[in-house]
Amino acid sequence: MMQARNFPIGDPILEVRNISLSFGGVKAITNTSFNVLRHEIRAIIGPNGAGKSSLLNCINGIYKPQEGTITLKNEVLDKISPNIVARKGISRTFQNLALFKRMSVLDNVLVGRQLHMSANFLQVAFQTPQARREERENRERCEEIVEFLEIAHIRDTPVGRLPYGLQKKVELGRALATEAEILLLDEPMAGMNVEEKREMCRFILKVNDEFGTTMVLIEHDMGVVMDISDNVVVLDYGKVIGDGPPDEVRSDQAVIDAYLGVAHD
Amino acid sequence: MTEFLFFIEVVVAGLLAGTMYSLVALGFVLIYKASSTFNFAQGAMVFFAVLAFVGFMELGLPFVVAFFVTILLMGLVGFCTERLVLKPLRTQSEDTLLMATIGLGFVLEGLAQATWGVEVRRLDLGIGDFPIQWIIDSTGLFISALDLTAGFVAAFLIIALALLFKYTKMGLGLRAVADDPGAASSIGIPLGNIMLLVWTAAGIVALVAGMMWGARAGVQFALVDLALKALPVLIIGGFSSIPGAIIGGLIIGATEKVLEVYVGPYFGGAIEGWAPYVMAILFLLWRPEGLFGEKIIRRV
Amino acid sequence: MNAKTVFMGYTRSDLANLVVALLVALVVIPTVVQTDYWYSSILIPWLCLSLAAIGQQIVMGYTGQLALGAAGFMAAGAFACFNLILRVPYLPFPVALALSGLIAAAFGILFGLPSLRVRGIYLMVATLASQFFIIWMIDKFGWFKNYDTSGIITAQDILIFGKPFTSPFEMYLVVVVVVTVLTILAINMTRGSTGRNWMAVRDMDIAAESMGISLLRTKLQAFAISAFFCGVAGALFAFTYLKSLEPVAFDIKLSFKILFMVILGGLGTINGAFIGAAFILLFPVVLNSIGNNLFHGAIDATIISATEQVVFGALIIIFMIYEPLGMAKLWYNIKQSVRSRFAPRSELPRQRAT
Repeated sequence: MMQARNFPIGDPILEVRNISLSFGGVKAITNTSFNVLRHEIRAIIGPNGAGKSSLLNCINGIYKPQEGTITLKNEVLDKISPNIVARKGISRTFQNLALFKRMSVLDNVLVGRQLHMSANFLQVAFQTPQARREERENRERCEEIVEFLEIAHIRDTPVGRLPYGLQKKVELGRALATEAEILLLDEPMAGMNVEEKREMCRFILKVNDEFGTTMVLIEHDMGVVMDISDNVVVLDYGKVIGDGPPDEVRSDQAVIDAYLGVAHD
Repeated sequence: MTEFLFFIEVVVAGLLAGTMYSLVALGFVLIYKASSTFNFAQGAMVFFAVLAFVGFMELGLPFVVAFFVTILLMGLVGFCTERLVLKPLRTQSEDTLLMATIGLGFVLEGLAQATWGVEVRRLDLGIGDFPIQWIIDSTGLFISALDLTAGFVAAFLIIALALLFKYTKMGLGLRAVADDPGAASSIGIPLGNIMLLVWTAAGIVALVAGMMWGARAGVQFALVDLALKALPVLIIGGFSSIPGAIIGGLIIGATEKVLEVYVGPYFGGAIEGWAPYVMAILFLLWRPEGLFGEKIIRRV
Repeated sequence: MNAKTVFMGYTRSDLANLVVALLVALVVIPTVVQTDYWYSSILIPWLCLSLAAIGQQIVMGYTGQLALGAAGFMAAGAFACFNLILRVPYLPFPVALALSGLIAAAFGILFGLPSLRVRGIYLMVATLASQFFIIWMIDKFGWFKNYDTSGIITAQDILIFGKPFTSPFEMYLVVVVVVTVLTILAINMTRGSTGRNWMAVRDMDIAAESMGISLLRTKLQAFAISAFFCGVAGALFAFTYLKSLEPVAFDIKLSFKILFMVILGGLGTINGAFIGAAFILLFPVVLNSIGNNLFHGAIDATIISATEQVVFGALIIIFMIYEPLGMAKLWYNIKQSVRSRFAPRSELPRQRAT
């Protein structure tokens, strides 16, 4: 991964500072801090229930952490809803697939273009020239995305009828369509076979390389994580126990303990 | 002082009328607890049950026999519903199930009317809808004997059901089923029997509620609209709580009467028609899970 | 779906459908149908209720919000139209109609507010408030009824730029034009970004929000547009079908009927609104004529109406179990199987999302 990149890794774009989140009495995240650098691929790893997904949900505004701040490009994202976060340039996929099941693949991806469309409902209802142009342009853009992800042949199928692996791709396509600066990918390769995983890695690297998109991804497969990520955050019991380049994290004693299951006492 | 007495009277009348909403809400909660279904047809079941009861009486059956035959009939209705409607829809979304029970409500209303006709029946329980003399003498309050009976019957049913849930094997099984039907049946809890029992219990509650209302306003189709008011009661009490159904009913009953008497005249009256629903909306904004419902945390 | 667009984003078959529909409505029906009965008792109410059903589709079928108060918004539209014509001199009927829709839309926004906090049956109860409140308000404040004490107010004649439209056929023309225009607008919205946002909220609200869709705006917009359609439908219903205005005509039973139209017709389709309205409206007519002609009135009218209820209810259950997407989906399946029998494989249209 040391060859020259189109978009070299830069300053912190996203700063998570002292985040704590609890549901009722259950602490999901405790005083967690880390930075995500511009244009990097950042992996978040950790055992089940370590708070990884909750962390993404905090960044994206679905959960509101009780303490701490999240700063995007020097702007604090304080108690704002996911749609505003999306507007500010963060898009995502979900762990358990959150697709629009009755809509076609292309329509799902088109929803991702929502922020690039400005026609209001009256313009759409009366099909004004602007609304038509906008629809055409964004449709073309989405056609490109489904071509890129090699799912063009199923573009008109309702996603509810697709197998799991393809749905995962559609979800990635929808996130890509937003052209967000930061993509949060929650287990993009869960439940995939080796072949599919390799393909997904290829897409992720390609997007990062071509568009300079900053990626934050949760992944369980250590091989994948070591291969594609620039930096890794390790969570355990809602706390950061490791943060750094893959090689460094791999040899960290605390991380090894967490993964090999040393008794917590 | 008389004004204060009058206020108390209004509140008491409201509370007692509220027990009737509670009774309908109670049937709803029973089914929700056992099968996680919003049974929109509970109002129709009230109408169906009491119409069947009156119908059996007209056939010449004695009161007690008619009562038990109706309960058997309601158990049968529940059994069919469980088998023919809920079971095939188990995997569907809540909204789909809800729509199916709206359909079920229409089937029951239609069946009842087709079988027993549409004319308003009188139902005489031997309890008059007039103030009880000794209460007037001792406190000066005018309280209807029928209202008071309804209150006692409701209290009795609630205690009986609460005991059933808490202390019997059936109740334990029921709670297990409510929690996870798959797991419950895999450890040998007879799902079918429990569902049948719950539906029969909901049928009994529906019949009693119908008899109380029927005795006051006649057995007629309007009961279905009255029963709709159990919905705001449930929103206030929470869909899964028996005490919630009772207290929600009392709150709605008392508040709507007070509003009607003291605020209604300024707006031409009849605000009871919508006041409970607006109360439910205001309540939703404050506490969407209801007074006794469990807080719903949506996890992603 | 991906077929070539010929004109303004419409495909050849869209335009063909429109031409056929207009030919049937404006040429075939006027030449074939000579009795007023068909216009005033079948066609006019069918079109009006279809329009209301489109309103219900928008909020329930497309946006997934379980609302049960369409008749309330219809009442708001109907009485708004009555008062506008009564109090604003020289107001052309189409303008009054549009304004009535806007007034209903305002109510839609107000009573759509709870949808921001709750869903499912909770929302249904909240929308019942609108049903009962609007009817009560019209009933209790004499101003809305122009202090008429008889209870039934006669609707004014429809005047469009001085020309009266009073015969059943003329009224039918007015209804056809309004319904056609509004249906096209609805189709445009549902196919465009507006409808995609609605459906995204319906299918997975959290994901929709994460893609930048504001739930608040989208839901309230759907409620407003839905109420607009219901309002216009209500005004048309009162002025061309009932020819009178009484709050009772818009009671909860009508709301249930409209709910059934969209459930049976097929949630999330515009043609489902028309199919559902036709079924709910025509089935009782057919049942009655069977009762009258086959059994010569031997069957009690109450039995017939009870049977109607049982059939509607049972059909809802059956559709929920076997085809939750309703009659529109059945119709689509039939068309597909006919087409696949007569068309070579390669010409089969791609599977369409609903």
